[in-house]
Amino acid sequence: MEMPKPNPAILAKRTRIISRLRDVLPHDAVIDDPHETRAYECDALTAYRCPPLAAVLPQSTAEVSEVLRICHEEGVPVVPRGSGTSLAGGALPTADSVILGVARLTQVLETDYDNRFIRVQTGRTNLSVTGAVEANDFFYAPDPSSQLACAIAGNIGMNSGGAHCLKYGVTTNNLLGVTMVMMDGTVVEIGGAHLDAGGLDLLGVICGSEGQLGVVTEATLRILRKPEGARPVLMGFDSNEVAGECVSDIIKAGVLPVAIEFMDRPCIEATEAFAKAGYPMCEALLIVEVEGSEAEIREQLDVILDIAKRHNPVELREAADADQAARIWLGRKSAFGAMGQINDYMCLDGTIPVSSLPYVLRRIGEMSKEYGLGVANVFHAGDGNMHPLILFDANKPGDLELCEAFGADILKLCVEVGGCLTGEHGVGIEKRDLMLTQYTPTDLEAQLWVKDVFDPKWLLNPAKVFPLSVTETRRDHAA
Amino acid sequence: MLQPKSEAELADCLAAAKHPMAIRGGGTRPIGRAVAGEVLSTAALKGITLYEPGALTLVAQAGTPLAEIEAVLHAENQRLPFEPMDHRALLGTDGTPTIGGVVAGNVSGPRRIQAGAARDSLIGVRFVDGSGTVIKNGGRVMKNVTGYDLVKLMAGSYGTLGVLSEVSFKLLPEVETCACLILEGLSDQSAVAALSRALASPYEVTGAAHAANRGGRSRTMLRLEGFAKSVAYRTDALRGVLAEFRAVEVISDPDLVRQMWKDQRDVTAFAGQTGDVWRISCKPSDGPAIGAKIKGEVIYDWGGGLIWVLVGEGHDLRKTLGAFGGHATLIRASEATHARIPTFHPEPAPLAALSDGLRRKFDPKGILNTGLMATAMPAA
Repeated sequence: MEMPKPNPAILAKRTRIISRLRDVLPHDAVIDDPHETRAYECDALTAYRCPPLAAVLPQSTAEVSEVLRICHEEGVPVVPRGSGTSLAGGALPTADSVILGVARLTQVLETDYDNRFIRVQTGRTNLSVTGAVEANDFFYAPDPSSQLACAIAGNIGMNSGGAHCLKYGVTTNNLLGVTMVMMDGTVVEIGGAHLDAGGLDLLGVICGSEGQLGVVTEATLRILRKPEGARPVLMGFDSNEVAGECVSDIIKAGVLPVAIEFMDRPCIEATEAFAKAGYPMCEALLIVEVEGSEAEIREQLDVILDIAKRHNPVELREAADADQAARIWLGRKSAFGAMGQINDYMCLDGTIPVSSLPYVLRRIGEMSKEYGLGVANVFHAGDGNMHPLILFDANKPGDLELCEAFGADILKLCVEVGGCLTGEHGVGIEKRDLMLTQYTPTDLEAQLWVKDVFDPKWLLNPAKVFPLSVTETRRDHAA
Repeated sequence: MLQPKSEAELADCLAAAKHPMAIRGGGTRPIGRAVAGEVLSTAALKGITLYEPGALTLVAQAGTPLAEIEAVLHAENQRLPFEPMDHRALLGTDGTPTIGGVVAGNVSGPRRIQAGAARDSLIGVRFVDGSGTVIKNGGRVMKNVTGYDLVKLMAGSYGTLGVLSEVSFKLLPEVETCACLILEGLSDQSAVAALSRALASPYEVTGAAHAANRGGRSRTMLRLEGFAKSVAYRTDALRGVLAEFRAVEVISDPDLVRQMWKDQRDVTAFAGQTGDVWRISCKPSDGPAIGAKIKGEVIYDWGGGLIWVLVGEGHDLRKTLGAFGGHATLIRASEATHARIPTFHPEPAPLAALSDGLRRKFDPKGILNTGLMATAMPAA
């Protein structure tokens, strides 16, 4: 993955830049020791690494503003970083950039149950937002798999989803307002405890802009009352096609499960060996979860189980208690870890129309043979967000490149059937060069206009999201 | 009036345009001030392009009548989640509301508090910018973070960034039945407290409204929707939650409940009445204090977070309210009033600069509904 060459003029004034940053931040908030900046050389896309010029860890919006003002004056690129869990390389630095980490911005600023929102600093982790309100039986709905570690700042940057978005939506549907620092240091408030924008929906375009429009330091998030109960059922089928049809029939029947998760045989085998959740060995497995009171759960599950039975399941298992429910989720939740135990893997994130599921799974199987690399599929079936895991050997020369080529082919297939390159992980550097398979140059140009307006000097996370060739003149002009 | 029959014709119209144009869908929602210029109508861009009930997805051309879409969805027992209001009664217009108009105005209804706004269900757009370039963003899948979300930016941009040609939505199943709980005679303060209590319960309230009705008895309404047994269960449970707020009457005839919420959605109480109509979005618990400042009629929705106001003509309500967290939109007024008072809430300078910057990029000739969303008034 190509990154722009560092600007020698910036490298030459490294000392001055660091000294100016030290003028406005506590001593330990500026990291420039080459041993320590290594901690910021990559995110969860570990195949690509480059230590930044420096990393800063401001503790307030005012400090973020000072940092950005200085970097703006000096013409230094800034790469915002949440917890560094991006699978797409969203927080990958260049040698001439400053990493702006929000790790020290972790406070809860306001909790308001009457108006059903929480206001937090954005370095707070996703799970600890729910943690702050669960004693009052509330929760924050978006639940990416990395929720233990990932920061709200990164969730907003990538518009993160999770397993339960079929019912609750993704980050953008649960974000009410932000405090954001523009690249020139200006602090803006957008949205708040009220609903919808009074003018253009700037909040809507900021969410998912991968840290390219501003640095969000505070967020007002919608919180919801926890449902009275929830229960998963596990279903096994002897083909991916039948499982896919079952998903479609459940959706058409008028019930709205909070989650429909899908795993195929390679994934079931790997997770079973790892987590021993007691899954049946079959071609395809669904976990369907519904919520509500006991009677509501019963009513919805009866509809769902009836539909499942019409598709000749090889296994149909309803959780009888909390322990069984946890076991049903155990395998799914440890799927990525399980795959990591047996292999290096690359996790894709394309979304497809649910109706194309059987076709896409068949084509992935065929391509897997052609490339000679295994694939395990685990994904959010209700919304078509796939997570094919391509298995490769990082120590074998050429295998990573082969894996990337295979991944690109799968993503092109997703676009071909009417889907998209990324459903919840973001483009980062990983899918940057595939953007032109989904969008025309004019479609992309319209997106660049937005960045032109928010960050005219193109200093915020400039080498991400768009193919480098498309942004070259803007980035060069800026430098 | 220009009425292109295809997206390509629409693009030609805009590429050739040298003067401001008034962008129109069905013409049923002329919110705010009148826009100068030749009318450019999307009414001939008609038809549902794709409907997949099993994927909860619909794609339609922008000029497709909303009623046609709702009928097609109804036949498959599905619906648009956000319950778009019909502005015809309130604004005294006739004509056929289009799906493009719904998107352009980000038009939602009472269910917005639970199911999100139009912008939350919108998953893809195709539009033509002010130079005549066709642009697409998003698509037909409900999880999509590929590039910037211009879909949200287009929702509620009132035709000032581009003319929509096609829109895609995620859908929800239609519900089996609905019920309504009614509390009478509550003050605004107690009513919003009751609505908050209900919305903070696990019983999935999909409508929370309060008509202040000064001089008469006020009426506070809560809606529950879903499978029959579930609605019955939650109705009982919610009565328990609201026990301290007066007697609760339950209406369980679904036709009657639907009619009551249609009236609420369309603000029919203000239809045909003289006066200006404002729409305020605020933090729900701020609602009663805001309502108390207003010398006119107020109807609360969204648990107190949406206030519909009917006041005497020509009055700048924003001056009465002063600074508050949220925004006030002047929906209906005389031309003279519209000429004096901006339709949309003024933004702080840095945000206004961003909005203006975006408009200049997407509409470099300044021809799309020029001035409609301007919040600075031309110098007198």
